[in-house]
Amino acid sequence: MRHSLLFTVVGLALAAVVGLVMPTAGQGSKTGPAAKKYTAPKTPWGDPDLQGVWNDATSTPLERPANVGEKGVLSDEEAEEFQASLANELSRDRRDGGNAADVNRAYNEHWMDARRLKITADKRTSLIVDPVDGRIPVLANLSPERQKVRAVRAEGAKRFAAGLPDDYTDMSWPVRCVVRTDVPPYLPTIYNNNFQIFQSPGYVTIAPEMIHSARIIPMDGRPHLHKSLRQWLGDTRGRWDGSTLVIETTNFRADEGVLFQNANPATYKITERFTRVAADSINYEFTVEDPATWSRPWTALIPWNKVDPDEQMFEYACHEDNFDIVHFLTGARLREKKAER
Amino acid sequence: MSLRRTIPFLCVAAAGVVALVSFASSSLIGQARAPTGTQFPAAYRAPRLADGRPDLNGVWQAFVTANWNLEDHDAQPGPHPELTGAYGAGPGGQSVIEGNEIPYRPEALAKRNANFQNRLKVDVSNDKTWHALGDPEAKCYMPGVPRATYMPFPFQIVQGTSQYVLFAYEFTSATRIVRMNWQQEAPTDAWMGWSRGRWEGDTLVVDVTGQREETWFDRAGNYHSDALHVVERYTPASPYHMLYEATIEDPKVFTRPWKIRFPLYRRMETNVQLLEFKCVPFTEELLFGKFRKQAAR
Repeated sequence: MRHSLLFTVVGLALAAVVGLVMPTAGQGSKTGPAAKKYTAPKTPWGDPDLQGVWNDATSTPLERPANVGEKGVLSDEEAEEFQASLANELSRDRRDGGNAADVNRAYNEHWMDARRLKITADKRTSLIVDPVDGRIPVLANLSPERQKVRAVRAEGAKRFAAGLPDDYTDMSWPVRCVVRTDVPPYLPTIYNNNFQIFQSPGYVTIAPEMIHSARIIPMDGRPHLHKSLRQWLGDTRGRWDGSTLVIETTNFRADEGVLFQNANPATYKITERFTRVAADSINYEFTVEDPATWSRPWTALIPWNKVDPDEQMFEYACHEDNFDIVHFLTGARLREKKAER
Repeated sequence: MSLRRTIPFLCVAAAGVVALVSFASSSLIGQARAPTGTQFPAAYRAPRLADGRPDLNGVWQAFVTANWNLEDHDAQPGPHPELTGAYGAGPGGQSVIEGNEIPYRPEALAKRNANFQNRLKVDVSNDKTWHALGDPEAKCYMPGVPRATYMPFPFQIVQGTSQYVLFAYEFTSATRIVRMNWQQEAPTDAWMGWSRGRWEGDTLVVDVTGQREETWFDRAGNYHSDALHVVERYTPASPYHMLYEATIEDPKVFTRPWKIRFPLYRRMETNVQLLEFKCVPFTEELLFGKFRKQAAR
């Protein structure tokens, strides 16, 4: 839809610069005093009540940036400075940086989630809380087969970045509107950071705003789908651990570039934990493990903040008006013609 | 009436409605069968949730062929029988419309027929004509309401005790939130529209406005305008059935409101769940293939 290009350009940049590559810090706030004192309300059938619309936007990077050293949690003063500098980096209303940057920022703050310019309330320097250095553990060497697949994708991505995609297959899954932030782990992005949680007897359902899928999670202990059934969003089963919702997801498809850092679906596992720590706040914590990708499991903690009920969820129709693919491809064909002359 | 008898009886009764309308002079069947939806035991009372409301939770599916055509339709070959043989052919089916036919304005009927002729043509461009041709289903667009209900895919109702009920459809993972007792206008158009819910006895009534004008009702090209207003009624009819009714109003296209009606069936398989039908990759070649770089000569 109208956000596609933005998502592409900014999303990729954000993911690369802020989210996916930067390191992290502290042990996090899950053991903070708020988490201990607050008791979540219960649904009439006795489950902790997590319902509502929640937003996970933040400027706190997934990995701890080098410029904060070893510090996991900042003082008030440091936090203010950290937040200001991140906001300045992320702002799309800046006019510096030359013509190309200026044109790119035409997709300006008007379209963005302003909540993404603030760091987490607990003033951490990274969303990753384990390992304590706040960084993704080193990547394991890929098998030759996976290196090959990844190289093919990288070639396509290169053509796309140069404005010369051969085909729609040179574009990423989010650009093609197949999946976006609905693939776990849920990471903050530039807009549409909303998630609505619904509860019904025996189920918890999470509906990410982007893209309109519903993760309907059985809580009755039934087994996962047979391993021969594979899905873009995997297959999720849940249970309660005290007042914490714990969900495990398996059965992901093998398409390269869908899973976080191209994890290997054959060996990848993700566990997500949702704990309501205040009336207006959920701690969302995820642990990913994949010995074929990372040297050890790692965990991040992202606060979900309750959204005013009047600020309802909107339908994110991504594919239905995805003019971008046509623009990218016709643009590429025109450039080729021009080059021939 | 026992459940075992209900389904065949329903089919016969539906046939009776059709017969009554089509052959008004031949009233034998019409007299023997009630012409309106009284097929299920009237006294059925659904199980309750904690708030006392009927519990509609479950995976549901329609087993009518309305997605091919809401009106009466013969079995038909698929669009490319020379490639796919009997694969893709369409089943015949009886109209699900009360009164059998859609009351089109005369000028609107021509567009319906043109839609059908052009149902597999697409003209993806960078202007407003993007959506002008082709069945949105073939393009993997969210189907809108009521079409989402009778596509040949299941959907799930997620109902707790909050003021929101979620409808999740397997087809292209479409979802819509039914806001109970919500009074506002649709803030913008959406492919699945904006849904306001309320209870009338055991019936969940959903009032849907703000739908995008580009959705269709079926593969036969039946369509609507941006003035579409749909009121749906979900009435529990047995532990395994709901009666689905939808009143469709669109003065720009139809001469009067009209109504569809058919049962929904609970999917009973052990551990049944919605799977993904993410169809974008299935339609990309149709939509975007022509923009591919051609091999160097």
